[in-house]
Amino acid sequence: MAVQDNIGSSAPRTSLLNDPVVRGILYQIIVGGLVVAFFYWIIVNTAQNLAAQNKTTGFDFLFRTAGFDISFTLFPWSRTSFYWQAFLAGLLNTLLVAVIGIVFATLLGFALGIARLSSNWLIARVATVYIETIRNIPLLLQLFFWYFAVLKAMPAVRASFELPLEIFINQRGLMVPRPMPDAEFTWVLVAIVLSIIAAIAVGIWATRVRTATGRYPLRVVQAAKIADAVVSFLVAALAFSLLAQYVPALANASALIWAAAVIVAAASLSRFAPYARAIVAFALTFVILATLLRAMFPAWPTAAIDIGAAIAGVVMGWILLEGTRNRPPSEGRFPIALLILIAAGIPALVYVVTGAQLAFEVPVLERFNFKGGVQLPPELVALVFGLTVYTAAFIAENVRGGIRSVNKGQTEAAQSLGLKEGDRLRLVIVPQAMRVIVPPLTSQYLNLTKNSSLGAAIGYPELVNVFTGTTLNQTGKAIEVIALTMAVYLTFSLLTSAFMNWYNGRVAMVER
Amino acid sequence: MTMDHAFIRQEMVEARQPPRGTDGPIAWLRRSLFASPSDALLTILGMLFLLWAIPPIYNFLIGHAVMPGGTVEECRAEGAGACWAYIYARFNFFIYGFYPIDQYWRPNIVFIMGAALIIPLLIPSAPFKRINALLFFVVFPVVTFYLLNGGVFGMRHVPTEQWGGLLVTLIISLVGIICSIPIGILLALGRQSKLPIIKTLSVMFIELWRAVPLITVLFMASIMLPLFMPTGTTVDKLLRALVGVTLFSSAYLAETVRGGLQALPRGQYEAGAALGLSYWKRTYFIILPQALKHVIPGIVNNFIALFKDTSLVSIVGIFDLLNTVQSASSDINWSSPTQAVTGYVFAAAVFWIFCFAMSRYSLWMERRLDTGHKR
Repeated sequence: MAVQDNIGSSAPRTSLLNDPVVRGILYQIIVGGLVVAFFYWIIVNTAQNLAAQNKTTGFDFLFRTAGFDISFTLFPWSRTSFYWQAFLAGLLNTLLVAVIGIVFATLLGFALGIARLSSNWLIARVATVYIETIRNIPLLLQLFFWYFAVLKAMPAVRASFELPLEIFINQRGLMVPRPMPDAEFTWVLVAIVLSIIAAIAVGIWATRVRTATGRYPLRVVQAAKIADAVVSFLVAALAFSLLAQYVPALANASALIWAAAVIVAAASLSRFAPYARAIVAFALTFVILATLLRAMFPAWPTAAIDIGAAIAGVVMGWILLEGTRNRPPSEGRFPIALLILIAAGIPALVYVVTGAQLAFEVPVLERFNFKGGVQLPPELVALVFGLTVYTAAFIAENVRGGIRSVNKGQTEAAQSLGLKEGDRLRLVIVPQAMRVIVPPLTSQYLNLTKNSSLGAAIGYPELVNVFTGTTLNQTGKAIEVIALTMAVYLTFSLLTSAFMNWYNGRVAMVER
Repeated sequence: MTMDHAFIRQEMVEARQPPRGTDGPIAWLRRSLFASPSDALLTILGMLFLLWAIPPIYNFLIGHAVMPGGTVEECRAEGAGACWAYIYARFNFFIYGFYPIDQYWRPNIVFIMGAALIIPLLIPSAPFKRINALLFFVVFPVVTFYLLNGGVFGMRHVPTEQWGGLLVTLIISLVGIICSIPIGILLALGRQSKLPIIKTLSVMFIELWRAVPLITVLFMASIMLPLFMPTGTTVDKLLRALVGVTLFSSAYLAETVRGGLQALPRGQYEAGAALGLSYWKRTYFIILPQALKHVIPGIVNNFIALFKDTSLVSIVGIFDLLNTVQSASSDINWSSPTQAVTGYVFAAAVFWIFCFAMSRYSLWMERRLDTGHKR
């Protein structure tokens, strides 16, 4: 309406009510007055109701003893703790679930989003079915399913399922080993961080040199060759020793295994590298597939499994051979093996040199319950699992939308530059897609955090359960408690949108 | 003219073989399943996963399932699959909740009326859109209320505590969306307004409700709404949930409508102003018809989200579909190892059918509306 205010001066004067500026002010006075009156009415009513129920207001209840139990807290909790500590416990539990859920949902969501766009027909179909099923079923129903139908239906403590890596699952939740690093292990952690930084630095430096001069630095190329051999040796040793474990006839042939690994390493420096790689691929595919099949289909005859796995291994080896025969010479290849060796090898060296120990306190079944390890309650497991599965479906759709939003011309341009599919994605498509993906992704993170409040329905002690549930029931301070809870979520939301605005400003396309 | 060309071909070039393997099933297999080593690995793993996952699922749902008419003993047998007999036996409870059995005709009329009104509304070429919309959005809710609640025309009064199941799920989501469309449109217009007080109030309202989880909104509605009312008024439990759901979804709807308003070219606003139309005439005759048409898919998506979110009202003690399934799972007459899972699968299937159909509709509408005028 303010658009028209240049008419006012020259036009013949009519009623003041027809002046858009005056009207605008009038409207605002009316609406503002109504809102104020509405709130006044509510406040008066509330005061009367509270007076009728002999209730007081104020936040002093936060410093009173809570006197109830919380089944799972991140800091020591007792019945004598205060209400503000209950608030904090709930908040921390919410954040715990949110952080774990966000990490897993991001990984699963990106994998699914890319899978749905994959040129592999089967994988694309599986991803589509997953996404369309999961996102059309209410989250609460899924949480009920995971909690009541899956985790609560787990066997009793005495009959716990044993998973690999000394993990146990039963009615009382998931028992995982607790890592117990000793003092020297700090050095290993430092080494891990430093060597990852070093690897990234070398990678960036090598790429810069290549961008400037057209080839990778000579020293890096030479080191990469050695690293190639070392990594080939390690992978071959792993593959052949797995094979030896699987095939009884090879059980005692450790000398043979080492010899074969050395041969593969030597071959990887020669022009026979593709063949060596194909043999290793055969061994790995065969062993992994055969073991997996035996675990998944115990009813199948083992001979059939072995033959099937061997055929798959041959196919894999052959495809790898075809695929790597025309690789560029090592001077033109990104030294990925070298970087892996730097990132993983230096910490391993430090681990051996300092004599650090990383012990694990393994959960052990005693008479009535497990002792030791970390005990994750079933509510936490169900909530994290449900939130991850649900949010991943939405993240996958955002990722798919982001990738599809990149103009087809970009793919074609990258193709005509001769970039391979991996490089095309990494250097051209993904950086442009991220601009579209990140804003909805952050709102999915926010949604996940908000949805973690559904944990209240399955008894996970997060903010809504501990505070809006138990605390409100005990103290009766409805207004204060709900206001505090809403304030927490409002803060999350404002922080998220602040981040989004910052990111959008940073990555916004610079247009002509 | 002399022939100074060095070489002239005397015979036709022999036709080359077509490139091998660009067509046919083998080529398709290579291209879409075994294009690269990692592709082949993924295909193998995917097939193994399907081989491993599908037979147990099939056996549970169909193969070893106890079909309607079966007995609870069959469901309790070792290795029995889903207990569909239980769903069949408790079906009315899942649909109507505690509604009196002799009064089922009332919800049935509501279902039929709703379907008869909404189907032509969703078909773009169906005639009488204006009357149809009026009937659905205004007359239908009023009739539904009196029909279900009773107390008029000699019909028995049925308190809302006895309403339940899918009936309540549908009521909450429909009322939620019908009430939130006008509120959402007003909020979206308010947010776009140049009047600072109106704009601030709209932004505050929208951002507040969008920031908090629905469960806290429902808690607030069910605990604080009675406090806000004058002393002595009682607010029906279902009505409290409806207020909470409406506030929540109108904030989301406002953002969807705002998208439509922002997508309109400025020229439309300016042309309206140039014709001398007042703000409301301009909005009603020029802006909203175009903006709302564009956001129909968005509104349907909002409706899907709302439909799924209605399951949260079970937390504040309303017997919606999820809550009836959840409470029936402790029915001792049908207790069996698969009872709870069967109930969840049934509820999931009902929700899935509704949501999937709506999402397909929204996609279809999006394609229909995408007439190539996108900026």
